Amino acid sequence: MIYTAGIDVGSTYVKAIILNENGDLVGSAIHSTGFLIEETSKNMLEEARERAGINSADIGCITTAGFGRSMVSFRNTQVTDLIAQSWGVRALYPATHTIIDIGGQTMKAIRLDDGGRVMNFRLNDKCAAGSGTFLEKTAHYLGYGIEEIAPLVERSTKAVPISGICAVFAESEVINHISQGEKPEDIMHGAMLSLTERSVSLMKQVQMQPEFTLVGGIMRFPVMARVLRESLGGAANVPPENLAQFTGAIGAALLARRHLEKKTD
Amino acid sequence: MTTGQPSREIGKPPDCHAAGVDVGSTQTKAIVVNRGGEIIGRSLIPTGANVIMAAERSFLLALEQAAIDRTNIGCIISTGYGRYKVEFGNNQITEIMCHARGAIAIFPGTQTVLDMGGQDTKAIRIQPGGGVVDFCMNDKCAAGTGRFLQYAAAALGIKLSELGPMALRGTDPVDISTTCAVFAESEILSWMARGKKIEDILLGAHYAIASRSIGLLRRVGIVEELTFTGGVTRNEAMVKVLSELLKTKLNINEDSHYMGALGAALFALDRALYVKNKAASGSS
Repeated sequence: MIYTAGIDVGSTYVKAIILNENGDLVGSAIHSTGFLIEETSKNMLEEARERAGINSADIGCITTAGFGRSMVSFRNTQVTDLIAQSWGVRALYPATHTIIDIGGQTMKAIRLDDGGRVMNFRLNDKCAAGSGTFLEKTAHYLGYGIEEIAPLVERSTKAVPISGICAVFAESEVINHISQGEKPEDIMHGAMLSLTERSVSLMKQVQMQPEFTLVGGIMRFPVMARVLRESLGGAANVPPENLAQFTGAIGAALLARRHLEKKTD
Repeated sequence: MTTGQPSREIGKPPDCHAAGVDVGSTQTKAIVVNRGGEIIGRSLIPTGANVIMAAERSFLLALEQAAIDRTNIGCIISTGYGRYKVEFGNNQITEIMCHARGAIAIFPGTQTVLDMGGQDTKAIRIQPGGGVVDFCMNDKCAAGTGRFLQYAAAALGIKLSELGPMALRGTDPVDISTTCAVFAESEILSWMARGKKIEDILLGAHYAIASRSIGLLRRVGIVEELTFTGGVTRNEAMVKVLSELLKTKLNINEDSHYMGALGAALFALDRALYVKNKAASGSS
């Protein structure tokens, strides 16, 4: 059997996926990107391959996506994040018309037509206040690590408003709130709401239509998915477990399959 | 121009002095001037968490340096983001007005002011004679402010005061393409990982911030002479890069950091003298 691989080289994490001929996920791996992009990508592909229990020769095509896609020399093809996301998300939720993808350093709203083609998109990669980094920074100012965000917010009973205009200036806001006796969980909750507002406004800019699918590293926090889902009026798909982080890589692996099929035609 | 009500009556001391306190987001500056408008006392301390205390302490330090008694201060005006927290002041005036006033006092030919502080950058256009005609500020985002430099320094593990001298040793500035100070931090680290020299990365960061400020200046129009004020004036590399990009010399001196406080002190002096004259003419 010929397998295909997708590697999503994000600004914060590298995700690798291996699919079999039927499009079933047989191996995955994830690691923070760091500075050695080529090496990390190679390691993640190897890790995913070992989990799939296959040989390197069984992989027919390796397709990369994400900001570092062109820095991976062993790739066979590369695709943009938008195309990779639309393929990955549609494979999981075929009725998706709007995708919001919140990653470490970017936020993307993608509008798809009935056939799954990208009609419109909006991107924020200029400002940390509109990305996962905003939550990470806020947590840092409060003295928490990124993986503590979800359990922290679970304890929150109200949201303390955080303006969310600048991830740097949020520090003084956080300090003010703390000195006024606000609880860290409520401040973190407020930061999450402000990121949610930004996401919804980006989705409005692409004339969002249901179904909505929420993806990206931030969605691994169930509480973020819940808050965002609530502000969208309840209904939105969120890929189960940590798949929300892998949709770009899945899309890339599917596009690798299409590449192979086109070649044999 | 002025906001708020005087919190106390403007005094009529026999030997009329005045003071200005500029409570910035990062540092608090105080200036004491004599009757002739000359600076006789100055102080500069970190603002910290207690704004009220920082203002009081900074004022007392400036008084101490001026070696005069508090009763000789006819009027105190506060400015800066924390100006309403100065409980001992007579009135508050915006930092736009104060920087313009201070700049004109030291460099009378000033028509454009660039104020780079810890958390915001302002471009101010002044008409000949001193009135503010337009201004533009960046206080929503840390890009292009002193904070961006702080982040760069922190990312590279060096002191803020070493930033300028180190950047000046750069020869081949890297291109810092990110706008956001947070993303710049990771961009800086990735340049390090790619083996670039700290000097060149820092020089690149200075160019990035300078071009953001020039964008702000263009929105109010750049007319010479140009006076540079605020905390970042102490960074020689920024002064050099700005004058290189603007192709003009920037007015700057050792009191540029105190320009807002000086402007406030001069406004305070006007009021103190006005009250005094009125009192004098009233009694005669």
